[in-house]
Amino acid sequence: MITARILPCLDVKDGRVVKGIKFQGLRDAGDPAERAAAYEAQGADELVILDVSATTEGRKTAAETVRRVRDVLSIPLTVGGGVRSVEDAGRLLDAGADKVAVNTAAVRDPSLISAIAQRFGRQCAILALDAAARPEGGWEVVVSSGRERTGLDAIAWAREAVSRGAGEIVLTSWDRDGTRQGYDLPLLTAASAAVPVPIVASGGADSAQHLLEGLRAGADAVLAASIFHYGETTVGDVKAFLAANGIEVRR
Amino acid sequence: MTKASPEITVVVTGVANLASVLAGWKRLGLATRVTEDPEDVERADFVELPGVGAFGAAMDRLRATGLDQALVRRVQSDRPTLAICVGLQVLCDASEESPGVAGLGLVPGTVQRFPDHVRIPQFGWNQVQNPAGGPIVDGYAYFANSYRLPLAPAGFAAATSDHGGAFVAAIWRGNMLACQFHPELSGAWGLGLLDRWVRGRTGKGGSP
Repeated sequence: MITARILPCLDVKDGRVVKGIKFQGLRDAGDPAERAAAYEAQGADELVILDVSATTEGRKTAAETVRRVRDVLSIPLTVGGGVRSVEDAGRLLDAGADKVAVNTAAVRDPSLISAIAQRFGRQCAILALDAAARPEGGWEVVVSSGRERTGLDAIAWAREAVSRGAGEIVLTSWDRDGTRQGYDLPLLTAASAAVPVPIVASGGADSAQHLLEGLRAGADAVLAASIFHYGETTVGDVKAFLAANGIEVRR
Repeated sequence: MTKASPEITVVVTGVANLASVLAGWKRLGLATRVTEDPEDVERADFVELPGVGAFGAAMDRLRATGLDQALVRRVQSDRPTLAICVGLQVLCDASEESPGVAGLGLVPGTVQRFPDHVRIPQFGWNQVQNPAGGPIVDGYAYFANSYRLPLAPAGFAAATSDHGGAFVAAIWRGNMLACQFHPELSGAWGLGLLDRWVRGRTGKGGSP
């Protein structure tokens, strides 16, 4: 049986990890390659790198970061942030990424998903979907790091992206992100029922209990950043907790 | 006399996570080179056929470059050959993914889509079980596939996993090993498999 996945996420800016400073056992907690190796050793199932560089110059360092991480990493690597074209995706794959996540650019031009899926296969084409609850119910897609509400129904967009070739959806609740209150569980359940592809829960998790709730709500994998970065808990601890609660994990 | 470390020749299919595949061998300390020359692919000591993407696209590319016949001759003469993911699938007769497209026909059977009640693609770590002995030990492997060979083909040893029913995780015979999962992404377990496979072969064909 396929196991539930735990995906630590590194926010990287200009080649350095920017969230979390108290990571235990590392000489340099800001180095993405050191952090990646440490997470693999803890039992992480995949690693996600989100490039949050604001400048073109910073973006150029992303491929170099991917290359350095790939040299030490023996688990799958997803890279997202600022991917606007098939060429951008190709550069990251050539550097050693296994999957590339598209977000804002795919909302502006959905054919980007089709193009990446056709060129590299749907297992490479990951949709990062940021959603915010609507007052009247349901969720809408937000882009540009939450600055812009699109009016697009999040569940309808998930369906369209999958029909265009997206092989997996990283689903972030914009309402919960950074709140430490747990994932938006109804959003996970709705998306999980709407599409056949795996759903990765993101946004708001602060404890192993939150990860368990996300998986029970229908997520196939859980992405978390801060709960691991500050050294409060390890991937291994979280997996032990999930296993004790009846979730099958790789250990 | 010390034996030179083996070199792995990786086939450029145009549709593979090539950088990731090469990095896996590098972590094992093995040299690699890439090629799309059919003669090279037929004769090299160790050949890996990686692959992601669609069955039809992969076969089109192999035919256009003449690599299809090179691979057939190589496997038929039992030179050490490792096929990964779609690389395994193209060894078969056909696939539901691309109706009407013939595979290499080295492994009998048709590749089929997973049943509708499970997540497709299968993305993630699944338990591999091998009662047969051989290169695979029980453990977790990383998969990324929508299609699979449901039954072990006659004449091959097989390890299995379960995703809406049992399916073929890997098959092997002589010096050929074909994995539906990605050993290069399967952590220490996957690297261990790659290492055992190379060390257990002579690289010259015939019996190891």
